[in-house]
Amino acid sequence: MVISNKPLRFILATFVACLPIISFANSETDSTKVQTEVTHEAVAEGHHEEAHAEPTDVKSKIKGFINHHVLDSHDFTFTQDDVTGKHYGFSLPVIIWDNGLHVFSSAKFEHGEAVAESNGSYYKINHHDGKIYRTDASGTITEDEKTGHPKNVRPLDFSITKTVVSILAAALLMFLLFSSLARSYAKNGGIASGAGRIFEPIVIYVRDEIAIPNIGVKHYKKYMSYLLTIFFFILFLNIFGLTPLGINATGNLTITFSLAILTFLVTNFTANKDYWGHIFWMPGVPKLMRIVLAPIELLGIFIKPFSLMIRLYANIFAGHIVLMSIIGLMFIFKSWIGSSLSFGLSFVLSILEILVAFLQAYIFTMLSALYFGSAVQEHGHEEAHV
Amino acid sequence: MTTIPNIIGAGLIVIGAGLGIGRIGGSAMDAIARQPEASGKIQTAMLIAAALIEGIGFAALFAS
Repeated sequence: MVISNKPLRFILATFVACLPIISFANSETDSTKVQTEVTHEAVAEGHHEEAHAEPTDVKSKIKGFINHHVLDSHDFTFTQDDVTGKHYGFSLPVIIWDNGLHVFSSAKFEHGEAVAESNGSYYKINHHDGKIYRTDASGTITEDEKTGHPKNVRPLDFSITKTVVSILAAALLMFLLFSSLARSYAKNGGIASGAGRIFEPIVIYVRDEIAIPNIGVKHYKKYMSYLLTIFFFILFLNIFGLTPLGINATGNLTITFSLAILTFLVTNFTANKDYWGHIFWMPGVPKLMRIVLAPIELLGIFIKPFSLMIRLYANIFAGHIVLMSIIGLMFIFKSWIGSSLSFGLSFVLSILEILVAFLQAYIFTMLSALYFGSAVQEHGHEEAHV
Repeated sequence: MTTIPNIIGAGLIVIGAGLGIGRIGGSAMDAIARQPEASGKIQTAMLIAAALIEGIGFAALFAS
């Protein structure tokens, strides 16, 4: 292992596992009808017309539906009654640090309508960007005239939002599944038993087809735990996103940013001298070229994890938007042929999304293994490079 | 996002990504036809190259 002291390793692993939790709650919430940057301009006009009442025409309802699925939110809304406006779901806690810890249920916000009061300070969700601001008792948010940004103070937002619940659920699921799988080996004499058996060939696949060919037989064991964690974490989060609960974890730039940062840190902190030599003073290249190539390689250190982040985010986010739009198309075509064709198309697209879920997990893991392999490769690999 | 240059840019990006991945798919199929027993490795390599191209395609699509 990279660090051989077991308690220290455990503490570091727990710390690293909690890193996605402390990424600040992303600009959110669908419950206040806030749009993402993609649909922002398209609905800027529509946004001003709809008051805080429920949307009535089909297109706004579809946009609300897409936003419910794709944006983060302070409550789990399973469904809502359009006529009465009643939401069925449960509220998640809001945890704010604003010169003191404020913890309250997001039901106080009443889906963005009311001003929440906690220990004497008042907070309100701003309708334009979905973030929580400190206001006075009447909930005024003063906006800067030039930029349109609110001038209110923004407290640090550590809330348990929908996305945080989803990553905690994925982590718990992984922990339960794989610990029971590991225990079943001891009980059954080296053969897996129970429901975890389905993961054994996948684990072996990650070891034999991803880790060993890219990292090499000597060093792959150090990285196996990280690669397996990344693979199953992304896979489970992608699959969660395909459920109708409205969870969109990997389609969230902060989550993929955290994962890419982890790959970046592991690559650069476990690299040996040859890695840095290859970046800044590459052998086999004329000296003048080396000076030209070194900045490009330096940029490459940052761009490679950046591309990991963008690739996962864009694939999952775009897939969800397209899928939700086609489901919404079912309600725009009110004819029997249009709606059934849209239904068929959305069904087929869902199957494609399952493939994309597996593929993106595989690609992220494989590219991480590739970067780790380049970090620990020995000097003798010189001749292997073309 | 819905201005004309943005739309043309998005179309160009899709053309570029489609051409790239199409070429990879074509050579992969030629290679599998030549040597069917290596089809597992070829498929893996094809998926990796396709994912890389799709990565920059999406990055550009989001920047436009």
